[in-house]
Amino acid sequence: MDFSLSEEQELLQSTVRSFVERECDPRTAHAVFDGERTAVASLWAGLVDMGLPGLSLPEAHGGSGRELLDLALVAEELGRGAVPVPFLGHALAALVLARHGSEAQQATWSPGLASGGVRATVALAENGGCWLPGEWGAELEDGRVTGRKTFVPEADGADLFVVGCRGGGLALVEGGSSVRVEEGSTLDRGRPLYSVVFEAAPAEVVEGAAAVTLIDAASTLLAADAFGAAHRLIRATAAYLQTREQFGRPLATFQGLKHQLANMVAELDPSRGLWWYAGHAFDHAPAEASRAAALAKAHITERAQQVARDCVEAHGGIGFTWECDVQIWFKRVMFDRLWLGAPDAHRERYAALEGW
Amino acid sequence: MNLRFGEEYEKLRESVRAFCTESWPLQGGEAELGEREQGILWRKRALEAGILYRTVPSEYGGAGAEPDVMAETVIRQELDRAGVPHRASVQGTHMLVPTLLECGTEEQRREYIERTLTGELLWCQGYSEPGAGSDLASLQSRAELDGDEWVLNGQKIWTSNADVADMMFGLFRTEPEQPRHGGISYLLVPMSAPGLDVRPLKMMQGGRDFCEVFFDGVRIPARNIVGARGDGWQVSRSTLKHERMLIGDTHASRTSFDALVALAREVRKDGRPAIADSGVRQRLASVAGYLAAQEWAVARMLTAMHQNRDMEVISELLTTKLSSTNLQQQIAKLALDLIPDAGLREPAPDEAMMGIRAFTPGRWVSQYMFTLAQSIAGGTSNVQRNLIGERVLGLPRDPRPPAA
Ligand SMILES: Cc1cc2nc3c(=O)[nH]c(=O)nc-3n(C[C@H](O)[C@H](O)[C@H](O)COP(=O)(O)OP(=O)(O)OC[C@H]3O[C@@H](n4cnc5c(N)ncnc54)[C@H](O)[C@@H]3O)c2cc1C
Repeated sequence: MDFSLSEEQELLQSTVRSFVERECDPRTAHAVFDGERTAVASLWAGLVDMGLPGLSLPEAHGGSGRELLDLALVAEELGRGAVPVPFLGHALAALVLARHGSEAQQATWSPGLASGGVRATVALAENGGCWLPGEWGAELEDGRVTGRKTFVPEADGADLFVVGCRGGGLALVEGGSSVRVEEGSTLDRGRPLYSVVFEAAPAEVVEGAAAVTLIDAASTLLAADAFGAAHRLIRATAAYLQTREQFGRPLATFQGLKHQLANMVAELDPSRGLWWYAGHAFDHAPAEASRAAALAKAHITERAQQVARDCVEAHGGIGFTWECDVQIWFKRVMFDRLWLGAPDAHRERYAALEGW
Repeated sequence: MNLRFGEEYEKLRESVRAFCTESWPLQGGEAELGEREQGILWRKRALEAGILYRTVPSEYGGAGAEPDVMAETVIRQELDRAGVPHRASVQGTHMLVPTLLECGTEEQRREYIERTLTGELLWCQGYSEPGAGSDLASLQSRAELDGDEWVLNGQKIWTSNADVADMMFGLFRTEPEQPRHGGISYLLVPMSAPGLDVRPLKMMQGGRDFCEVFFDGVRIPARNIVGARGDGWQVSRSTLKHERMLIGDTHASRTSFDALVALAREVRKDGRPAIADSGVRQRLASVAGYLAAQEWAVARMLTAMHQNRDMEVISELLTTKLSSTNLQQQIAKLALDLIPDAGLREPAPDEAMMGIRAFTPGRWVSQYMFTLAQSIAGGTSNVQRNLIGERVLGLPRDPRPPAA
């Protein structure tokens, strides 16, 4: 039994981590939050250089044929750095194509997706918090998709959309005149969300149980992202409290704060294995994959959100400002918790899968 | 990552399984023996077969095997599954034995280890005192050397199983002029010694398990010291690294969680099984998240320890007690909410005993209280929080008492 990462996975993770540390310090994230988005393109280009957009695509099509756990390790690092890049939608679309695309679909799209020449995203949610396949209403008829999707990440400038349709199927839609992207407002400004209207847009069906793949993978990536973000927040807060003095001594010397931080560690840190296992099960224990993914998403994003709230409090007034780093990671985690549905929906999904 | 144990370990699993089927339950006249005698007999056979405590050297009753956390895990899984009486009391097997292996004399090892592993010899841990709990190093019970005997005076408290134990391993102040940690020795005390008085304390849930122990001029042989005079603190710490073997045990949590799910299927809420109620499903799934997290954290720790990469899992190692305490308490709380009326009745005496037996409503009521002991015994939750803050996050240590 070996519940650890392979050397290759450790290398991938440390490569991404040092890239993020070098290229995306909190000032970069702040700049993006303040509307200065120039860094986004160069960060994405850096990810492209590391081969991340094609991580899950087959080698024959220019990808590296890696697994969901590898993507999740990248997500952890992007969450840790609150890196403002269009990774989530692209990684999910590429994974769906890699696992369920026909030969022809793969030949058409994979090389571009892998090289970053084509950018893709996923369009799932519809009005009123309808995130899961059974709730999708977009119509797919005669090779055309019609419907309005909300909370589509990084839709602006996307070349390819994976769209959830009525009945739980997925369709591939190329950006173009019958696809209208509407500006919206996004709390996590590092990962802008859009509404997208498909007006009888030409579409190709993705065969097989692709929607389950998409939901499980998305759940796992969100959990990993939230874990990375909350893990960093705890450490950053501990560091801040070592420097801030009140009553003539560093705040970190007060046991009340020490215990609050220790509780955060005890709530969050042991849950790493949940998303590791969800990633692993996706490729190696398919019968377990949905349960593991639902549990990881529900448990970790819930824990991470509480950590983020507690970290604001531990900072005092400064923690409540726009200038403080904490708000950025707080919103990163809020996105992870709510995108694809709040934890209750995933706990219910888990309960149903357990046969309760 | 590979979650299969591999051929070598699966073979081991097979052989443990076969041994269990053959050896348990006991047959014929042996089946008539009392519960304790049956357990001793079975453990003797399991030791001979090299299944229990396999890393203990063969001169002391073990199999002298190389440490291998994976093998221990496979074996424990099979023993739990088979329901054999493999757990002798942990004070002896998990605290005293490793300490003797590390610091004991040859004579002490030969005299105590094997009989402790079989459960013939029962131990209690005499550390806490009325004035020394979390701050254990402030303990006051003392031992003075008089010829070739130690003379003990003072008091221990909260000593689990002192009323049934044959021996105590305890900490006593032997060098009164030395500061706190420096003046303590680790002594082995027969509970039958004259001048030693055990008074059981009744626990909140009504059961009896821990006691007060009074020492009034109790005489024990001078050789009953483990390690050197004044080294007792270090000797007692050597146990800690062996206690890690206990962490692989999420068995108790899994067992009570399964019982909780069964309870939710059985009891009714608003005219249908409670498990169909969305509030109950939410809480169950939430607890399931904590449980699965703990199980995977253990898998990660085991792997890291197997690869000698312990430092990478320091956070998991140090949070494991607090996490499993919280988890067990959540399970008990949810169970009680499913059977609220039971909480108005006092548990029957056998339901108030420690250890997992059948999960009757009264048993859940006891469990609701008993899981609180986990936040106190073996280092309180606050003490755990200090450790996590200091060792995981590098926060400053709490102020220590002046070395006086
Ligand atoms: C069921 C049970 C079985 C036990 N079995 C044994 C046994 O077999 N042998 C044995 O020797 N002992 C045993 N104990 C005793 C146990 O180890 C002690 O109770 C424990 O170490 C706490 O000491 P205390 O009771 O004196 O509490 P105290 O140390 O007085 O603590 C009281 C409260 O103060 C908090 N506190 C203490 N110090 C700090 C600090 N520095 N910072 C913040 N908070 C602090 C604690 O967390 C606790 O909440 C047992 C206890 C129980 C409940």
